[in-house]
Amino acid sequence: MISYIVKRALQSVLVLLAVGFVAFGMFRFIGDPIDNMLGQERTDADIERLREILGLNDPFLVQYWNFLKGALQGDMGVSFRQGRPALDIILDRLPATLELAMVSATFAMVVGIFLGIYTAINRKGPITNFILTTSLIGVSLPTFLIGILLIYLFAVELKWLPSFGRGDVVPVGDWWTTGLLTASGLKSLILPAITLGLYQMTLIMRLVRSEMSEVLRQDYIRFARARGLKERAINFRHAVKNTLIPVITVAGLQIGSIIAFSIITETVFQWPGVGLLFIDSVQFVDIPVMASYLMMISVMFVGINFIVDMAYLAIDPRLRGGKGGN
Amino acid sequence: MDSVKRAFDSDLAWSFRHSPVAILSATVALLLILAAVCAPLIAPYNPFDPASLNLMNGFSRPMEPNAFTGDSFLLGTDDQGRDVLSTILYGMRISLFVGFAAVVFAMIIGVVAGLVAAYAGGRVDAIIMRIADVQLTFPSILVAMLIFGIAKGFTPVHLRDQMAIWVLIISIGLSDWVQFARVVRGAALVEKSKEYVEAAILIGRGPIAIIFRHILPNVLSPVLVIATISLALAIIAEATLSFLGVGAPPTRPSLGTLIRIGQGYLFSGEWWILLFPSLTLLLLALSVNLLGDWLRDALNPKLGD
Amino acid sequence: MELLEINNMVVEFPSRHGVFTAVDDVSLTVAEGEIVGLVGESGAGKSTVGNAVMGLLQSPGHMPSGEIWLHGERIDQLSPSDMRSIRGKRIGMIFQDPMTSLNPIETIEYQLVETIQTHLDVGTSEARRRAVDLLDQVGIPDPANRIKQYPHQFSGGMRQRVVIALALCVEPELIIADEPTTALDVTIQAQILELIKDLCKSRKLGVILVTHDMGVIAETTDRVAVMYRGRLIEMGETDQVINAPQQPYTRSLIAAVPPSNKKINRFPKVAIEESDGNALQNFDLKGHWLGRGDAFDTTVENLLEVRDLQKRFIVKSSILPRNRVYMDAIKGIDFDVRSGETFGLVGESGSGKSTVARVITGIYPDDGGSMRFAGHDLTGASGKDDARAGRQNIQMIFQDPYSSLNGRMKISSIVAEPMIVNKLTDTAEERHQIVTDLLELVGLGKDAAKKYPHEFSGGQRQRISIARALATRPRFLICDEPTSALDVSIQAQILNLLKDLQEQLRLTLLFISHDLPVIRQMCDRVGVMRHGDLVEVADTEALFEYPQHSYTQTLIGQMPKFAK
Repeated sequence: MISYIVKRALQSVLVLLAVGFVAFGMFRFIGDPIDNMLGQERTDADIERLREILGLNDPFLVQYWNFLKGALQGDMGVSFRQGRPALDIILDRLPATLELAMVSATFAMVVGIFLGIYTAINRKGPITNFILTTSLIGVSLPTFLIGILLIYLFAVELKWLPSFGRGDVVPVGDWWTTGLLTASGLKSLILPAITLGLYQMTLIMRLVRSEMSEVLRQDYIRFARARGLKERAINFRHAVKNTLIPVITVAGLQIGSIIAFSIITETVFQWPGVGLLFIDSVQFVDIPVMASYLMMISVMFVGINFIVDMAYLAIDPRLRGGKGGN
Repeated sequence: MDSVKRAFDSDLAWSFRHSPVAILSATVALLLILAAVCAPLIAPYNPFDPASLNLMNGFSRPMEPNAFTGDSFLLGTDDQGRDVLSTILYGMRISLFVGFAAVVFAMIIGVVAGLVAAYAGGRVDAIIMRIADVQLTFPSILVAMLIFGIAKGFTPVHLRDQMAIWVLIISIGLSDWVQFARVVRGAALVEKSKEYVEAAILIGRGPIAIIFRHILPNVLSPVLVIATISLALAIIAEATLSFLGVGAPPTRPSLGTLIRIGQGYLFSGEWWILLFPSLTLLLLALSVNLLGDWLRDALNPKLGD
Repeated sequence: MELLEINNMVVEFPSRHGVFTAVDDVSLTVAEGEIVGLVGESGAGKSTVGNAVMGLLQSPGHMPSGEIWLHGERIDQLSPSDMRSIRGKRIGMIFQDPMTSLNPIETIEYQLVETIQTHLDVGTSEARRRAVDLLDQVGIPDPANRIKQYPHQFSGGMRQRVVIALALCVEPELIIADEPTTALDVTIQAQILELIKDLCKSRKLGVILVTHDMGVIAETTDRVAVMYRGRLIEMGETDQVINAPQQPYTRSLIAAVPPSNKKINRFPKVAIEESDGNALQNFDLKGHWLGRGDAFDTTVENLLEVRDLQKRFIVKSSILPRNRVYMDAIKGIDFDVRSGETFGLVGESGSGKSTVARVITGIYPDDGGSMRFAGHDLTGASGKDDARAGRQNIQMIFQDPYSSLNGRMKISSIVAEPMIVNKLTDTAEERHQIVTDLLELVGLGKDAAKKYPHEFSGGQRQRISIARALATRPRFLICDEPTSALDVSIQAQILNLLKDLQEQLRLTLLFISHDLPVIRQMCDRVGVMRHGDLVEVADTEALFEYPQHSYTQTLIGQMPKFAK
């Protein structure tokens, strides 16, 4: 079991190294940093001096190593557009994205699991059909269209909720600002959170439904029924618990993707988070910001994956090992 | 004739004939595809021909004569006086082309990688699937964006608009091969353990013949399902990228680009510029998705999603 | 009053192809303390009867007519919640596969206590005490500790004991056991059947034992009901039915069971089954392509010589060699197969007998030892020319007829493929003719060539498999459990076909099976395998009459005696 944990941890580090390599490759090969840092009036001597200072003349692997060292200390280079350290810009914007992601993830998980269980137990019937049809339309609707639709309904026509921005925010500590404590902040959060969570919700719902339908076909459920156990006990104890084990993995991944998908939602709602920043940086080929975003998001993903694996280990007795005495 | 009759009698055909949803969505999808392919023949205007544009026609309301020129447009015009119907037809062409090409690209990489991983096993399998796992950690839209950003960095500025579509195809295709690889590997592992593969070894077949003549035909149905669902996803991904401004350029707009343009008029009342491209995209994605969903149930109710 | 009375039960499954009547007008009674066997081949509807009694028919199955009475109370029209209180409390059920019958993520204790408390108004500690008691009664050692464990920590036989404890835990009056020992090895099978018999007598239980195995019926049941295609065709005292069957189907079913106590020449045909259709007599194989072949030395005494053969599998892989964990599937065995004989390999699941076949054929590489086949060295890298030349004369018939044919290929392509790959024919016409002849030879007829595998039954598929193997003109045929997936009546046909082919084509056979009676009928000499070792090799009659090794003695002692 310890070796399992160590193995997973090692894998996480490997993933981070690989992503770091991609980020480094972006720095090294896309656009010439010299071009970006020196103006038109430059001499060959200037260029050579800067190359030396930036370490561009070092062997490839040395450069990669230096890049990793820098990254570990939070040095991800300077934004070509804003002239500030890329990581600072990212950290400024991070609270907005994380708050949005947390609220949508909770919404997606709670509603998704509930609807999934409901539609798996009640396989036929008008409500199930309605939920399933709606969910298919939901999957076919691109996130940005859902956002636009919600804006049109609730901001343009009904004028109930704001259509863009984060509302008023208050600082919490030195480096966090929250919109969760003000009325306008909360109102601003509703539409983006639904937009962002809806797609994940349908995915989780469909996953829970198909897993649970599969579990309900298993022999041990038939045997439970043959022992006369109550339907409630069979559905909610035996089936749901066996269903949720594989669902945890995917749900974990979905939370990760919510952070990435926030790019779209943030663009539609002009939400001042890291996603909006990233899309700007892609348009302007602002490599340091792109690379920092990539590194930040992979640290988060890898972290979430690791936690999910450990949760798996805690829940499923089959993984904990230990043979009986016979 | 015999094989036609056999195909008609098959369970798949039976299930198709008895599923109104499948028939309806297949019809809608085929009509849309046909309209896109025939766009130059059926579109009233060529929106990319500057000579046919008249700025005076800008913001014409649907089916009402323009106040200045008296021209009437079925679905109205946009800010530059382009006929919305024509831009949709041409835009759908680009969306569908990118979607199909990206899926074919992803399918070729994924199927080959999955088959090789399953058949070779051991280290080859471990390496291929590790790469797939790492990529799967990241949502495909993000991967596509990154690849797009990187490719953009490599493309000379004056070529960026022309290359955009090919860059899109590669980004979406590369972001989507993992689905194919995983499904094909899973299915191929099941097939590989079956005794007919051992029988093929015994009669002297080599690995290549076993992979492509014996295993591949038996894993095609899950590939078909994934391809259909991927097509819907690729169309949506293309629209999303274009909507975000990192896809098809305004000079050669896809549906996503049109929606991006239309979004600017959401508050000012020119609803038709936004509504019609959005509806088309929804219809396209929904019909393909429904088709994929039906295929999944009809071919194999146990495919993981 | 009878414990259970079924009157004129009909069960139907509506489907796209029309209504399928799975159970057709079946009437049956079970008394207290009586074990009633329900026997039949696959598709006979025997399991459906059990499910219908439990009210657990799988959708869209339903029971349009008939009555089920339990102790004078009619139960087939009860509401779902009333039926639920009968399931488990008054009727218990035991499933076929103990590996999938238990919830994998709850402890045994949880599952037992939950079931007890669902039906009885007792506290948790009382329920727990009863649960430990039960485990003790079904023969699980150290029940107080083992009850805290999860299902995956028990072996297959122990799990089936847990399943029985669960079925018994609120003292039902009737138990329905659906193939309770089919998934178990023969030594475990005997213990579980003994347990069911004991519980039945000591608790005055009524038992319905559903099985396809006449041996199990003969050993265990008081009365037996024979089912065929949904109908109950014969019922009576077990001894009487087995010794003096009234119906032709029952008679042929019993005749088709290979006797374990004596060797017979051919298996009797099953009267009302699909036609046997062996067409061997119509062929003059001497002049035929099949009989020609290239020059092949058939005068050697030992066609195959195996010395110190070893094979290991990696159970746990690791980059460091010292951390790898291996499982020794074959631990250095020696045997010879003489030209023209049938050599049998027998053993329980996991004994390594199928691995031997796959190492000889080169599907798995060997890990040491030597194999000589008619002068060719088969060991070492699979690509070696000498080994390949030798293996051209070796073919194999597989266990599972549903996975041994590629479902995407027509039968003609399947049978022709070996000839194409090995360039054994000169023209396409010749090949076509040989395919037709081969299909005729295995009793299928030439129309089969145009069809796909899914259009054939299990027995017919096994015939196709044989035709494909013969298409390389092999001299040595390995049969790996060729009939264990087939019904007993089909089994007899396939075994007869193999015997005829061996005679006509002078084939040498390596026959692998877990089924001792089949081995006794088919083989000249037998090797007994256990945990990768070959514990005993002897002439068949000597082995069955005077087994030397203690494991062989156990094996033969526990094989179901089926005296006629």
